[in-house]
Amino acid sequence: MTATFWQKVDKTGRNLAPFAVTVMMVLVGMIPVPVPGYAPVAPNLTLVSVYYWTIHRPDLMRPGVAFLIGLLQDFLIGGPLGVNALLLVVAQWAVLNQRRVFLASTFALLWFGFTLVMAGGVLLQWLAFSVLDAATLSILPALFQGLLTVAVFPAVGWLLIRVHRAFLNG
Amino acid sequence: MKPRSSGSVIRLAAPLRALAQRFSFLLLVLASIALMMVGKIESVSVDSARARVTDAFAPILDAISRPAATAARVVESAVELENAFDENQRLKAENARLLQWKQAALRLEAENNSLRSLLRVRPEPSVNYIAARVIATPGSSFVRTLVVTAGKRDGVRKGQAALAGAGLVGRVIEVGEWSSRVLLLTDINARIPVILSNTRQRSILAGDNSDQAKLLYLPPDSPIQVGERVVTSGDGGLFPPGLPVGVVTAVSERGVRVLPSADLSRIEHLRLVDFGLPSTDLDPSPEWK
Repeated sequence: MTATFWQKVDKTGRNLAPFAVTVMMVLVGMIPVPVPGYAPVAPNLTLVSVYYWTIHRPDLMRPGVAFLIGLLQDFLIGGPLGVNALLLVVAQWAVLNQRRVFLASTFALLWFGFTLVMAGGVLLQWLAFSVLDAATLSILPALFQGLLTVAVFPAVGWLLIRVHRAFLNG
Repeated sequence: MKPRSSGSVIRLAAPLRALAQRFSFLLLVLASIALMMVGKIESVSVDSARARVTDAFAPILDAISRPAATAARVVESAVELENAFDENQRLKAENARLLQWKQAALRLEAENNSLRSLLRVRPEPSVNYIAARVIATPGSSFVRTLVVTAGKRDGVRKGQAALAGAGLVGRVIEVGEWSSRVLLLTDINARIPVILSNTRQRSILAGDNSDQAKLLYLPPDSPIQVGERVVTSGDGGLFPPGLPVGVVTAVSERGVRVLPSADLSRIEHLRLVDFGLPSTDLDPSPEWK
């Protein structure tokens, strides 16, 4: 009885790993780095994490989870509510629809796929903020943020693979 | 599944849940868009919810921002150690010069006081400073804010000015119990009443998400020149007058640009100005931004 109870606790804890890691990515993405001009182009680690877990464990990165994480991000970054929630839900949906392609493919293709998702994300964010601020904002900072995120994708991906192996393939 | 006898609510809820699962994507998209609208309309309650969430995560943000700050400090102190001798010489010279300025300032203060007492000028409210550490930046291209480690219990109030190093960086837009959020003056929603130091031209400083801010509502032929200093005017009673804001860097057909005096991209600590006016409570539209 106790064994099954503790097994259950263990399993739940492990299944929470994708959520916990993604929340951690939200927080790590907000660390102030004293480099000139860094804050507006800080890589969107959250999107990398949602992308990774949607491909590898879609059962643990459901639309509702993506929505909650996006909402938390909206609360924490101080922007209008709903923008990141929308971004992550749409990204999760788009990746889930093409999951088979991604699962069968090489790392280079995964990287390319993320570039597409990021490009969509940049456009979506720019559109949402422009509508909400009732102004045509410059898309350049978002574009640089996208490029930086694509650049750090392999490193973050490697980290996520380590977490995945440590917690969920035991 | 649940037995049939357990009530009409469950009988009704089960198909609803199935429907919700099928259309969860659409529902969540609609929920996001609804949230955007709610945020626009109900900004006061959204702000208080936001302050609670930020409060809850502030300890974690505080903890994880420390290694980054420490690493930056180590690099900086290594560079400083290399220049210590030259720096010492320079500071000695500067100290001698500043001592002369101090004498001048003391003399002017005494003179000012005596003239004020002659004219019976009402003294300006006293100004207190609250020091706070920056623990988070948004990491978003379209939002320019900072989260700092001081809140209601430290005396922070909505609308207070935030200073760092050489000048103004923004104002407090949301206050939690032990954390608060500062809207940088370069954010597209920031509006700060300012005055130009030479021409005495009043204006509003507005951000546009770039590194420089622009001046609004200037008369078309105002004689503004590049290099002129911009300070807060104190209009509206939120900010003390005369806080340094920045320097005019460009005057053209497309507007007047102002470079903030403080380096907004590398603020580690800032000071919140507790200006002794009760106007923050009477602020008619707190979300006037």
